[in-house]
Amino acid sequence: MHILSVLIMALGAVLTALLAFQASDGVMSFHAALMALFFLVAIVLLHRRRGNLNTDGYEDGIIRAGAIASTFWGVVGFLVGLVIALQLAFPVLNFDLPWTNFGRLRPLHTSAVIFAFGGNVLLMTSFHVVQRTCQARLAGGWAPWFVFWGYQLFIVMAATGYVLGVTQSKEYAEPEWYVDLWLTLVWVVYLLVFLATLWKRKEPHIYVANWFYLAFIVTVAMLHIINNLAIPVSWTGTRSYGVWAGVQDALTQWWYAHNAVGFFLTAGFLAIMYYYVPKRAERPVYSYRLSIVHFWSLIFLYIWAGPHHLHYTALPEWSQTLGMTFSVMLWMPSWGGMINGLMTLSGAWDKLRTDPVLRMMVVSVAFYGMSTFEGPLMSIKAVNALSHYTDWTIGHVHSGALGWVAFVSFGALYHVVPIMWGRQRLYSLVLVNVHFWIATLGIVLYIAAMWVSGILQGLMWRAYDHLGFLEYSFAETVEAMHPFYVIRALGGLLFVIGSLVMAYNLWRTMRGDLRAEAVPVPLAPAVGAAS
Amino acid sequence: MIKHATLEKNSILLTVFVLIVVSIGGIVELAPLFYLESTIEEVEGMRPYTPLELAGRGIYIREGCYNCHSQMIRPLRDEHERYGHYSLAAESMYDHPFQWGSKRTGPDLARIGGRYSDEWHAAHMIDPRAVVPESVMPGYPFLATTALKTDDIADHLTANRMVGVPYTDDMIANAAADLAAQVDRDSDDLDALAERYPKTQVRDFDGNPEMISELDALIAYMQMLGTLVDFSSFKAEGQNLR
Amino acid sequence: MTYQDVSQFAQTYGLIYLFLLFIGMVIYAVWPGNKKRFKDASEIPLRED
Repeated sequence: MHILSVLIMALGAVLTALLAFQASDGVMSFHAALMALFFLVAIVLLHRRRGNLNTDGYEDGIIRAGAIASTFWGVVGFLVGLVIALQLAFPVLNFDLPWTNFGRLRPLHTSAVIFAFGGNVLLMTSFHVVQRTCQARLAGGWAPWFVFWGYQLFIVMAATGYVLGVTQSKEYAEPEWYVDLWLTLVWVVYLLVFLATLWKRKEPHIYVANWFYLAFIVTVAMLHIINNLAIPVSWTGTRSYGVWAGVQDALTQWWYAHNAVGFFLTAGFLAIMYYYVPKRAERPVYSYRLSIVHFWSLIFLYIWAGPHHLHYTALPEWSQTLGMTFSVMLWMPSWGGMINGLMTLSGAWDKLRTDPVLRMMVVSVAFYGMSTFEGPLMSIKAVNALSHYTDWTIGHVHSGALGWVAFVSFGALYHVVPIMWGRQRLYSLVLVNVHFWIATLGIVLYIAAMWVSGILQGLMWRAYDHLGFLEYSFAETVEAMHPFYVIRALGGLLFVIGSLVMAYNLWRTMRGDLRAEAVPVPLAPAVGAAS
Repeated sequence: MIKHATLEKNSILLTVFVLIVVSIGGIVELAPLFYLESTIEEVEGMRPYTPLELAGRGIYIREGCYNCHSQMIRPLRDEHERYGHYSLAAESMYDHPFQWGSKRTGPDLARIGGRYSDEWHAAHMIDPRAVVPESVMPGYPFLATTALKTDDIADHLTANRMVGVPYTDDMIANAAADLAAQVDRDSDDLDALAERYPKTQVRDFDGNPEMISELDALIAYMQMLGTLVDFSSFKAEGQNLR
Repeated sequence: MTYQDVSQFAQTYGLIYLFLLFIGMVIYAVWPGNKKRFKDASEIPLRED
């Protein structure tokens, strides 16, 4: 097995090194060299670890690595977001250079926060949750490490590619064909590691969080492969042409992109909710039955909702109607899940006062409820006619991304880090509080600014003067957005500051420092107090 | 032992179930788009991109223009007046990938062709605020000074043909010549170019005859957007399924 | 196959079939016999670290 692994890695190293020398463009050369380096380091590590691969207890090293990677990419992704927000307010910040213009940095931001930050949080928590709920060590020996480092290489290739102008222009699926192939390989190993760990489990039942992780992994694989099918211009070059065209491509893309939201940013993070909220609240999930209904209805309904991104376009109307109908229905399982998460605290609401980490998780679930109410609303064609193409969509996405995805991730990080480094508690709960309030204020500024600018934009575009002419030129509507773009950037700045506070707090926790502060004591149970 | 085996099967079973459940929506919504004839209208005038336009489209994609500009006019009164006839599915039938976009930080570009002069486009790309003071668009002065990569243009046409764009052998064989001819009004290849690609606009787009720049290609692409379909012969007839 | 054929099938048999599946799933979730299994499963995260 060891020899086989080394041989496979050596073959990979030779092929990618050849590609690096034969490539028909510089970026391909650079990325092939990165892959070759990856394989070489893998061979060295495999050789050094030979025979003494630890197989006892849990594999926690990878969770520690995941926590560090999540925090790092989170800060990077939020920072790039702040930069592009400032560019929209002050275009001089584009610097008129190829590598710094908004068109190249915006995919960098979206990929960094979704795939680098969100993806690492999902890798880390799924590896943590599946081991604990199965009471089994992560399967596959070094395979999970291949998944972790292979995924980081995917991020680096995608990110450097965007900046250097390599993109296939499909939103949230911008990486070119060879990066897509690499991710497919990593993802298949991820699925196998996850499944093999489930097979080793000592618990008879597969806990519901693992269902959500499994649905996330399997569905993302399906979406990724079908949406990214492409023919490269040359096997040694970066450019390719997707196999789908026009209207079919549009729906394939939004079927993919909406379910990147549905399965990457929702199902995966619901798995986090279903494990970490009960764990933190120290009580089982409110209703396990509801979680089963939640799971199957959510994954069934979500996949239909893609066409709501294409209302009033050249997509056939029957498809738009289907997309709208299912989006509205999706409200039900979403709120079922929210209720299940929130009600898990019933009888333990006092913990919200004493535990800022739990508060962060609970507020994230509340944001989930808010944005899954707003989503179905915006999918109604009459509303969408106004909201589509405007900043309202951006605001909606960020109420979900910052309020739900990022907050529940922060909660999970704050929970996992002290445990994984064997610390008695976080360095400082006061700083968690500071993070919570700064970030919440940032989100409120962000989404309020985008609501106003989006609705204003939509109304200005369709405004007529008393003679029946369009009242505003497009340039006038751009000018009207300026104050809101400044407010949005301010909100983003607060969110970045919050994430830096978290990074500092986690770093001190990892070092084993404890800040001298009054640790809140949970209230004594009220039972018998009246007598 | 048997019990353990069934448990293993359960996680496989769960995976298979999940796959079935998440496939249904996609199959029902996506598959009919490929065989329902009403999906793409019958129109006159659509043709594949000329090599220069295709290269310009590559620049448009590379710089991420789709992040701020849509190419999809909706059948709403204000959009009709601001941008023109609503976009047809047929107009993007050769687009790999589509460029409908999702956000209008800047205006829709589906029918930008012919709206502004080449000079305006060149000045706007180099310094957007020189011509539109309110604009928040980045400047792209480097496009005017960067030579267009043309040596692999035939490979681009070949790859497009493999995914279904009807480029002929003739078009592929003459790709490089056609590209050079489109920026040169004195070229001998112009009749053949017009034969292969009707309605092709031929001129030096960026105002610099010394070099075929990336700006040449980008402006050539933008000046053809929305100009191909002959709307005098198009009738939106039949039951409106779209 | 025309749009009408597809939509007619989807709006009749397709609808009934999927609705029955949904009902079946709900019945499974609330079936009294499954209660204890679900109770056990919900305790999984709380057992040791």
